[in-house]
Amino acid sequence: MSVDANPQAMEPESVPAKAELSQWQIIRSHPSIIIGGILLGIMILIGVIGPLFTVDPIALNPIKRLKPPQAEFFFGTDFLGRDVFARVVHGARISLVVGLAVSAIAVGIGLIIGMISGYIRVLDAIIMRIMDGLMSIPAILLAIALISLSGATLATVVIAIVVPEVPRVVRLVRSVVLTVREEPYVEAAIAAGTTLPLILYRHILPNTIAPMIVQATYICGSAMLTESILGFLGAGIPPEIPSWGNIMAEGRTYFQISPWIIFYPGIALAVTVLSVNILGDGMRDTLDPRIARKM
Amino acid sequence: MFSYVIKRILATIPVIVIVAAFVFLMLRLSPGDPASVIAGDYATAEDIVRIREALGLNEPILVQFTKWVGSLMQGDLGISIFTNLPVTTLIGQRIEPTLMLTLTTIIFTVLVAVPLGTLAAWKAGSWIDRGVMLFSVAGFSVPVFVLGYILIYVVAIKLQWLPVQGYRSMFEHGLWPFLRHIIMPTLTLSVIFIALIARMTRASVMEVLQEDYVRTARAKGQSEVKVLLRHALRNAAVPIVTVIGIGIALLIGGVVVTESVYNIPGLGRLVLDAVLARDYPIIQGLILFFSFIYILINLIIDLSYTLFDPRIRY
Repeated sequence: MSVDANPQAMEPESVPAKAELSQWQIIRSHPSIIIGGILLGIMILIGVIGPLFTVDPIALNPIKRLKPPQAEFFFGTDFLGRDVFARVVHGARISLVVGLAVSAIAVGIGLIIGMISGYIRVLDAIIMRIMDGLMSIPAILLAIALISLSGATLATVVIAIVVPEVPRVVRLVRSVVLTVREEPYVEAAIAAGTTLPLILYRHILPNTIAPMIVQATYICGSAMLTESILGFLGAGIPPEIPSWGNIMAEGRTYFQISPWIIFYPGIALAVTVLSVNILGDGMRDTLDPRIARKM
Repeated sequence: MFSYVIKRILATIPVIVIVAAFVFLMLRLSPGDPASVIAGDYATAEDIVRIREALGLNEPILVQFTKWVGSLMQGDLGISIFTNLPVTTLIGQRIEPTLMLTLTTIIFTVLVAVPLGTLAAWKAGSWIDRGVMLFSVAGFSVPVFVLGYILIYVVAIKLQWLPVQGYRSMFEHGLWPFLRHIIMPTLTLSVIFIALIARMTRASVMEVLQEDYVRTARAKGQSEVKVLLRHALRNAAVPIVTVIGIGIALLIGGVVVTESVYNIPGLGRLVLDAVLARDYPIIQGLILFFSFIYILINLIIDLSYTLFDPRIRY
């Protein structure tokens, strides 16, 4: 992929058929991918290297508690005198880890179940009824129940957010599989005696990748929101870990006198989720023009 | 059509059974001893035994399930560990604020989102359209509680227009106190719902506007308002109403958060109190309750399609 190898090709009148556009040209025509990507890149950078440059996010300093934002504490301090800026920067790491872990696991599990459900007719009815049932349980309540049963750790919170996301992935994968399985090349593969696992891997799986990437970004965004809500309700990651939800949960009591404890992590979270969603919208338009026309 | 109604009602039974079975198994199959997790870090051995007894975890699993389904069928959602009251009683005490908040939110959302979405579809590509789309992306990105606190900070603390928190019943305190307390929670809870419905309305109306009959209607000189209302919106109603139904799940999650931000003594607040008090039977009962409500609403919506769309005749 050469960037700007042929600047003429960028001119509208000489744009070739869509299939011949290079990936870079397609991305150029969807600025939301660039905007979302840059914003998300910045947040990832903050999450990865930011914690190296801040003070200790759990260091107590009771004399300087509930200080408003100032030169020494950019985002002020909380009720124990901890630096909110340091905590927000560390929280970026946790939110991103939760978002990425949830979307990877949910898509992984959903892919397997969805392919089985879409391809093996006998299991389809049973699997889809189970998914219908799971989908009618409100996601946040389901996550709260799972966490209160298994104890709150980073791992259980991730699993608790994954479980309600899986049915949505399964439905999407299944619908792709149902259309692909009727294609002539799949019939040809069956006629040639290809085994079932190989058909699924070689012919079905590649068709699910584009919609799955789009779905994964949306799941990543909603997982970060759910994590913060769980933390806020006191049912999330253990309170000693500075996740954005936890910082805001601790700021609740002092909201009327120290609103910055809630506002700064809230802004950070909103910007991160927004960048993921913008990126998702852009990729949906690029990867799946059929849906793009509808939405 | 009668057979369709019967079929659709019967089709909800497996879903209800699966929800019930899942909620049942969740407690029994969770790793470790749920009784000791529920009892918490400072529980004595007696506490754990008592909780295990209360949850009926000592009996064989099939016996547990039969008993559990039996009591569910009689409308028994279990007994709270902490207050020793039946969960149904607790739900009864707390349902009014939640019901009112969801109703005001749904009404407000439909009144705002459907016209906005229709306008965006009609003026596709204009600044109105861009604005609506931007709002709907942003609406999905801001956590409900942050929005709530921003509203409280600006409207209640800085401007002092509305009370900060709390709930007043319409029946006990009158309409005005009720409205003053419900405006901010409704706005907060509506944002994500408006984002969803406006987006869906825009998409469905845009699709209908490309139909031949819309062109015909315009060609015969019908006014744009009539084209939009009579031809476009009416035919776009089915997907819009479907999304309103599906969005109820989103709303239930939002209610829990909104009620805790505004200190509203409803079902969402009950969930939060149950989490803090480690009162698992309440959480379990509320999951069942909300899931059944969700299934019921979507059943009613499915059945109502025959009214919206005369083409649907089964």
